[in-house]
Amino acid sequence: MASQTTSLRAYALSRLVLAVPMILILLSFVFLLMRVAPGDPVAAALGGKVSQEVLERKRAAMGLDEPIYVQFADYISDVFTLDFGMTITDNRPVLEVILNNGAATLELVFFAMVIATTLGILLGLITGRLRDTPIDVTGRLFGIFVYATPVFFLGFLGQLIFGAGLNWLPASGRASPMVQYTLERTTNLLVLDAIIAGNWTALWDVVRHLIMPATTLGLLITGVLLRMVRVNLLQTLQGDYVEAARARGVSEPRVVYKHAFRNALVPVVTMIGLQFALMMSGAILTETTFNWPGLGNQLVRYLNNRDYTGVQGIITFFAVVVVLISVVIDFVNAWIDPRVRY
Amino acid sequence: MAAPDDSRVPRRPGLLGRQFRRVSGPIKESRGLPRVVLWIGTAITGMWVLVAIFAPWIAPYGYAQYQTAAGERFPKHLPPNMDHLLGTTVQSTDVFSRIIWGARTEVEVVILAVLFSLAIGLPVGLISGFKGGWLDRVLVLIMDALFAFPYLLLAIVIAFLLSDVLASGVLTAAIAISVVYVPQYFRVVRNHTISVREEPFVEAARAMGARPRWIVTKYVFANVVQSVPVVATLNAADSILTLAGLGFLGYGIQPTQGAEWGYDLQRAIADAGAGIWWTGLFPGIAIVSLVTGLTLLGEGLNDVLNPLLRPRRTEPVKFPDKQDDGAETGRTQPEQRGKS
Repeated sequence: MASQTTSLRAYALSRLVLAVPMILILLSFVFLLMRVAPGDPVAAALGGKVSQEVLERKRAAMGLDEPIYVQFADYISDVFTLDFGMTITDNRPVLEVILNNGAATLELVFFAMVIATTLGILLGLITGRLRDTPIDVTGRLFGIFVYATPVFFLGFLGQLIFGAGLNWLPASGRASPMVQYTLERTTNLLVLDAIIAGNWTALWDVVRHLIMPATTLGLLITGVLLRMVRVNLLQTLQGDYVEAARARGVSEPRVVYKHAFRNALVPVVTMIGLQFALMMSGAILTETTFNWPGLGNQLVRYLNNRDYTGVQGIITFFAVVVVLISVVIDFVNAWIDPRVRY
Repeated sequence: MAAPDDSRVPRRPGLLGRQFRRVSGPIKESRGLPRVVLWIGTAITGMWVLVAIFAPWIAPYGYAQYQTAAGERFPKHLPPNMDHLLGTTVQSTDVFSRIIWGARTEVEVVILAVLFSLAIGLPVGLISGFKGGWLDRVLVLIMDALFAFPYLLLAIVIAFLLSDVLASGVLTAAIAISVVYVPQYFRVVRNHTISVREEPFVEAARAMGARPRWIVTKYVFANVVQSVPVVATLNAADSILTLAGLGFLGYGIQPTQGAEWGYDLQRAIADAGAGIWWTGLFPGIAIVSLVTGLTLLGEGLNDVLNPLLRPRRTEPVKFPDKQDDGAETGRTQPEQRGKS
């Protein structure tokens, strides 16, 4: 037992150490991208609106008159002290933007993930179990269709049918204006806030707003998970130990449910982790479709306004989150499956 | 378990011919579902490619045309009718024409994007896998970092940065998309190279004094390139989605440069609230059908070309009539395949 915990700790430590160069590479990449951009970021954002003198001052304040290596060092140290600077266009600290809008994105992504995991694993297991039957073919077609449908098209259809047509669900936003202003914010996760406040009408309103975006985004991942779980189960069912169990006379349902399912599900944790990058891409589109005030929506706004600090800050945040999630996933995986910690 | 392909080809045709046989052989042999999937995929993809090629003859109007030749403006938000088969948009353009022209844009961008990412991913993957050492480690780290990054974010930022530099929307979109897919080709090619590098025939070639350059181009490449068609087709499907996503966010093809389905859908979102369905439904169906077609093509190719996934019919074992009580026969169902 003792040796097991130490090896797990050693693995976690080495994984964390390995994450540092990964983060550094991503950060340098982001920095490089933002600096090779032609033109001057300050002028691009504010050009024509303010005097030359203000532009100069702004540039100096942002450190853009320093040599490039000093800028790079500043950028890296800023990231590690969580100081992402002030946005150029609306003059807000980037960290504040990340915390505010990030909560909206987190809420969306969390519920989408719940939907995706439940549906994806269930359908993947069913289709894999019933390989080459009509059910399998239907399930696979569903997987392909869901994958092939862009989230904004799904969102469009949802708004058309459940919004404009049946008038069941609101088509955009996080909450109706009434709730938006009256609900007391403690976590900025509106579902949680409504529960804390004990405000059930607000909770119902928030959930109604959440259903369509979360389902839209969730279905995107469902397709991917379904395919992965199915293929995984098929491979597991061909494993030697499944063969061995069958040879020993273990009944077919027992072979499938006890032996194959469990082992087929071990890599699912990794898969779900790998989907986070896809999830974030999907979140940008979902948020734009449903006018969800999340990070993706804000990023697009900064991009359109050519606000380099805003863009750089949000992208940096995404990059760091992606690496950290991969570390956490690897850790969870090592904890579940001892073979991973070699 | 006799492998029906390889080794028994009578005469040795050129490299391309051999590759073609290697790919086409299993396709001819394929049976059942994979075959159906493959043909449906080919049919849908082929149809869109034809539409793209003959767009000027099919489309009744130009992609940005909002008035008749006589200068009479089309009514906006017109539901589908005889003049405008699929209706008109808020900008008075013809939905049907934009879909047809859009096919051309999608095909152009995807072909360019696949070529670009192959041109980088394939050689870099080969070298990285074959050389190994620190070069390999650094490249893997960089590619992994790129791969981990949310793909759309990468594409948007590249498109955003290039949009001021390049005049051509198609080129900008293609470069932005190819940056996303280079790591995938790199990965597949590198891993395949590493496994091929250890094969006895490479060992033999090396023992006979073949130079590394010769080994890579002659032996390794020919083997590794087989995994490309499947990856390329599936990536093509994915890049249609990425292009549409870019267009949806306003960073793909600009409306003055060509028709693009993602852009059309972005304009259509505002229509959904008013119950106007034709401006979004048809471009959406176009995207879904092309992506489905390419995915089916890729899946079909994968099922057919990957011998590990190819279902093999195994004859149920027949015991000389001893115990024949139906209770035990459940274990040798025809569906259960694989080695026995």
